[in-house]
Amino acid sequence: MPHLTATPGQTIGPFYGYALPFEADADLVPPGRPDAVRLHGVVTDGAGSPVPDALLEVWQADADGSVPQRPGSLRRDGWTFTGWGRCATDDAGGYSFTTVRPGATEPGAAPFFLITVFARGLTNRLFTRAYLPHDQAALEGDRLLAGVPAERRSTLIAAAEPTGYRFDVRLQGADETVFLTYPGH
Amino acid sequence: MGTTNQHADSAAASQAELSAEIAAIESAYRASDHEETQPRLDYPPYRSSLLRHPTKALQLADPETIERWAPCFGERDVSSLEADLTIQHVGEPIGERTVVTGRVVDGDGRPVRRQLVEIWQANAGGRYMHQRDQHPAPLDPAFTGVGRCLTDDEGTYRFTTIKPGPYPWKNHHNAWRPAHIHFSLFGTDFTQRMITQMYFPGDPLFALDPIYQSITDARARERLVATYDHDVTTHEWATGYRWDIVLTGSHRTPHEDDLGDDH
Ligand SMILES: [Fe+2]
Repeated sequence: MPHLTATPGQTIGPFYGYALPFEADADLVPPGRPDAVRLHGVVTDGAGSPVPDALLEVWQADADGSVPQRPGSLRRDGWTFTGWGRCATDDAGGYSFTTVRPGATEPGAAPFFLITVFARGLTNRLFTRAYLPHDQAALEGDRLLAGVPAERRSTLIAAAEPTGYRFDVRLQGADETVFLTYPGH
Repeated sequence: MGTTNQHADSAAASQAELSAEIAAIESAYRASDHEETQPRLDYPPYRSSLLRHPTKALQLADPETIERWAPCFGERDVSSLEADLTIQHVGEPIGERTVVTGRVVDGDGRPVRRQLVEIWQANAGGRYMHQRDQHPAPLDPAFTGVGRCLTDDEGTYRFTTIKPGPYPWKNHHNAWRPAHIHFSLFGTDFTQRMITQMYFPGDPLFALDPIYQSITDARARERLVATYDHDVTTHEWATGYRWDIVLTGSHRTPHEDDLGDDH
């Protein structure tokens, strides 16, 4: 058990746009690489309106399931896969990462992208997982998904597209995305 | 301010009405017997949160492998010059030159070593170098207000900057944010990722600000307030503040840490 109480979070506010984005922030691999996939979607609020001032971050395993521990995300060299990227939403609430398909970190495990959501109006960050949709057996065996009410499970599963995946983030509402908390939070 | 969600941002309420909402939530919290240490996602006095907070309980996840690791940053990512926000342009920025330093530790008190810290802030007049900031205070051509650094082996970060000014916003009529510096922090595992705001001691706007007050527990709020430290202040150069940051506990085992040392 932790001994110290964590410092509280606060909203990212409206003015991060000149501070946190950086060149090629959403390109974990260069677009056009043969194994590149697109992970994209729209962030919406409780009225279904796009959220144009959200910031998403992705963190993921490499295609072979290994955990990247290489620097270089902020100054990408086009060759080093760091597993991490950042994308501010556009005026239509859209975000788009160029990356590779994450592999399973353990044999038989269901692979997923981890996504952190920040936004003006959101007092603290939210975490979620975007599971790959292909391996039905792995999804059925996943412990987190098993603990989520069946009717909400689909909010955690990305939709396959010819170029990659679509994963929408709904901050509030009937089809609200399942957000995560972790022990010690 | 953004141009969307005008209904949620409408400056209809007075400060007195807003302050009454804040007080009602805090007194209900005090009457309860549980302790909150993080802001409430559902905090109506912060109007922009109304349609942006989840209404369903967060799902407790047992951290899997990738969640027990965080992205790694290094000298390649950050130049040491980026920790000094006063040298990014020709000429000295206007305002009170200030050093802000402290340690980033995890819930067990272990230093978070060689990890990325990012900050951004308004200038001394309370204006951000950002298109959407329409506050008619002067921009300072010598000050952008963006800094980055890596913590050292003790988890220490250190920035030289200008003390930011308070600024108005559209949450309610005559709403003003207490002076603050935005901080973005990474830990040793993904679950520790956080963004927060650091404040300066004794700010008269604390009681009036729904973002600061979205943390309903007074002791928890005070964890965001830096301490003036004369040992950080330097002779004839800069005032000094100290602010230590505690991240949530790490979920990684010592065995896994050993595996991570081969990069
Ligand atoms: Fe701010």
